[in-house]
Amino acid sequence: VKNFFGLVLLLEFFMIGVFTATDVFLFYVFFEAMLVPMYFIIGSFGGPRRQYAAMKFFLYSLVGGLLMLASVIGLYVTTGSRTFAITDLIGKVPDNATQKWLFLGFFIAFAIKAPLVPFHTWLPDAGAEAPAGGAALLVGVLDKVGTFGFLRYCLPLFPAASRYFAPTILILSVIGILYAAFVAIGQRDMKRLVAYTSVAHFGFIGIGIFAFTTQGGSGAVLYMVNHGLSTGALFIIVGLLIARGKSRNVADYGGAARVTPILAGLFLLTGLSALALPGMSTFVSEFLVLVGTFTRHEGLAVLATSGIILAAIYVLYLYKRAFQGTVNEKVTKFRDLNAREVFAVAPLLALIIFLGVYPRPLLDIINPAVTATLQYVHQTDPVPKLAPVAGGQK
Amino acid sequence: VILAAVNTIDTPSVAYHALTPIFIVLGAALLGVIVEAIVPRAERFNVQLFVTIAGLGGALVSVGLLHNAALTTPSPTGNDPAFAGTLAVDGVGLFLQGTILILAVMATLLVAERSVDVGSPIVASAAVVVGSPIDRMLSRSNRVQTEIFPLLLFAVSGMLIFPVANNLLVMFVALEVLSLPLYLMAGMARRRRLLSQEASLKYFLLGAFASAFFLYGLALLYGYANTVDLPGIFDAQRTSSKSDVLLYVGLALLLVGLLFKASVAPFHSWTPDVYSGVATPIAAFMASCTKVASFGALLRVLYVGFAGVRWDWRPIIWAVAIASMIVGAVFGVTQTDFKRVLAYSSIAHAGFILVALVAVTKDSIAAVMFYVVTYGFTTMAAFGLLMLVRDADGEATHLSLWSGLARKSPLLATVMTVLLLSMAGIPLTSGFIGKFYVFRAAWQTAGPLVVIALLASAIAAFYYLRIVVLMYFAEPPENAPTVAIPGWSASVALTVGVAVTVVLGVFPQPVIDLASKAAVLVAR
Repeated sequence: VKNFFGLVLLLEFFMIGVFTATDVFLFYVFFEAMLVPMYFIIGSFGGPRRQYAAMKFFLYSLVGGLLMLASVIGLYVTTGSRTFAITDLIGKVPDNATQKWLFLGFFIAFAIKAPLVPFHTWLPDAGAEAPAGGAALLVGVLDKVGTFGFLRYCLPLFPAASRYFAPTILILSVIGILYAAFVAIGQRDMKRLVAYTSVAHFGFIGIGIFAFTTQGGSGAVLYMVNHGLSTGALFIIVGLLIARGKSRNVADYGGAARVTPILAGLFLLTGLSALALPGMSTFVSEFLVLVGTFTRHEGLAVLATSGIILAAIYVLYLYKRAFQGTVNEKVTKFRDLNAREVFAVAPLLALIIFLGVYPRPLLDIINPAVTATLQYVHQTDPVPKLAPVAGGQK
Repeated sequence: VILAAVNTIDTPSVAYHALTPIFIVLGAALLGVIVEAIVPRAERFNVQLFVTIAGLGGALVSVGLLHNAALTTPSPTGNDPAFAGTLAVDGVGLFLQGTILILAVMATLLVAERSVDVGSPIVASAAVVVGSPIDRMLSRSNRVQTEIFPLLLFAVSGMLIFPVANNLLVMFVALEVLSLPLYLMAGMARRRRLLSQEASLKYFLLGAFASAFFLYGLALLYGYANTVDLPGIFDAQRTSSKSDVLLYVGLALLLVGLLFKASVAPFHSWTPDVYSGVATPIAAFMASCTKVASFGALLRVLYVGFAGVRWDWRPIIWAVAIASMIVGAVFGVTQTDFKRVLAYSSIAHAGFILVALVAVTKDSIAAVMFYVVTYGFTTMAAFGLLMLVRDADGEATHLSLWSGLARKSPLLATVMTVLLLSMAGIPLTSGFIGKFYVFRAAWQTAGPLVVIALLASAIAAFYYLRIVVLMYFAEPPENAPTVAIPGWSASVALTVGVAVTVVLGVFPQPVIDLASKAAVLVAR
């Protein structure tokens, strides 16, 4: 157990490093170094298939990371600026085929990390096999490096390539939203289910970023925060349930709401935040993302919106199977949450509700940054169209 | 008239001081031979160890002094090429000599490790027939064989000449001087002697072939350029009226010889067999020092002698680099023996070094120099650790025996993990910095090659990680090996290897500065 905490602290160190680095090389170092503690968290403390999951996680991330390394070096060589500081590199990348290749190196690394469909297959394994705390950190924080990287590195460094690839990425993201939601509905393994919901949510973040609107961008950043809170809480609560039932299969549960009302209540609350119920912080971000996308890409926004309905299905269907219905015999011996366990989840939920009602403090921080980022891409918000005109896009 | 003729004979101007490191090592080797003859058996081991370490240390100090002199007093043509241009003691040469000497000290310390096995890792008497009563008796006795130390010094002296040879004949002599003791040393493992002798024979036969290729290439190049000096060959590429076929075939044959020594695919087939057959400290010595020396020679041949036809040899280096990386990465995945894994890893690393070699720039020289340092220390320490994990038959190198080792010895598992992560090129280890500089040097001239190299390192990462997985996440087997506590000598070598791996990972700048300052090849 002491190893676990040591590894978590080490991971925290690297994660703080990766988010605060303003030097592409330092960013890369943290980006890769971060894998090592996470690898050991999954591999040492995870579920039965932990070795496979840890290896898959590591190799996927490593391949992405190495492609990024190629781009980092390329960035250094092609800009000729003899520095890795991101502020000096912005605007220096020549606007040609090289930029597209460099963009792809970064993009694939981040798309694996984020994960966007079709680079997502490691996440259900890693998320399912990791211990609850590890999974919360993995999906809640570590994966945000991917979407964060889109905003921090891809857009400012490669504006032309970002615009060039945006339609593809948007379509991939929407596919991710719908596909992952359908897969989540069909899952029996609860942790895999939660992992797939994350893939769907990362799709929302993806469209928010690549819609190139301020609402979309701000929504995406806010979404990253909220998704961390909501999925983190969901992984922890599911973990608590699994710790009681010793099985990840949802069929082994049933009627748990009668035996463990606090657990069920907290699960329902986090579940509702995952499906973006108004009043929860996730609603704010999802709404912003969808509005931001709609002003530029109506069709995609409509498709993405249907993802919310699918989200309602997978969350409520899971709740119904695990917590309602006839009480499973095993479930009768379950003990409800104790103070320590409630304390692990309560702050997250409190934040989700607080930010759902009053997101302004966060948005005030996010908006200027997003506006600045979008200026690098030379995109301004489209003027709302009064009448439907074909080809009104910039 | 006769007197006048005598006076006009040119005596080569010899800058003897530039050769002090080589002389010191050769002198120590000769001293070792005498020690072998006159010092009583009981004292011999300690005396030999002292002579060897003192010789290598003295040479290292003189390299340091020369290095300072070379950097502060550059003559108009760079540093003095000694021996009328047949040797070029320049920044690159001195840097590599220093690296070889430090690695050789570590190898000596590993050879001198006497706590983990009865006697030492080296057979007590190599001439005794395997399995004979005397052999069985000797294998249980504490007797040690000390000829290994002078042999090692002779090999090192060849390795010191190899990267500074500016003349193909001298280079060939150096190649033989470094190879012949190695062939002998290869056959001297204490355990599994037949395998060791087989490895020795295999290495000898293939090595002899490779030398013959080298010599044949040399002859053709002489026919082309009328000289065996590398600068002369360079000039001849512009002036010679001979057929270019001589030049290209000569270069190709020369490369076969050199790439063989550097264990580059497709000339690598001896590597896994030899590394797994020979005594582990000798494998460590071969994998690190020989490689450093060979890449030094390769660097000089290609950059000094054939820089003019770089467009012609580049595709060849591309091809062998790709082959080497792919072979090292893919075949390494299927190995079940740790020493063979390390052998394939060394093949893959040779490929990475070649990636830098493709770009003929100052950066690429520095990248090669830095990479061989990171690779050498990590490999040395990894082989050294193999000596500690033992069962009744000696070293337990089968990978299945390594499962669950982290429970038995967390320290060993942690150290091995650091080394493996370094070989995989994970940041915060020296391996990453080395790869980074190699890829940076090659990006402009060989972008696609860099991408292939990155993919190959991802594949290779799989088998390094597989060992980490085994050590940490698997159950120990029934016949789990024990972890021996190393004596002082191996402890020092291991500590240095691991420390360099970590320090160069987080604070590489001094060595990088040194390498880029020294990245000067002097032709004449």
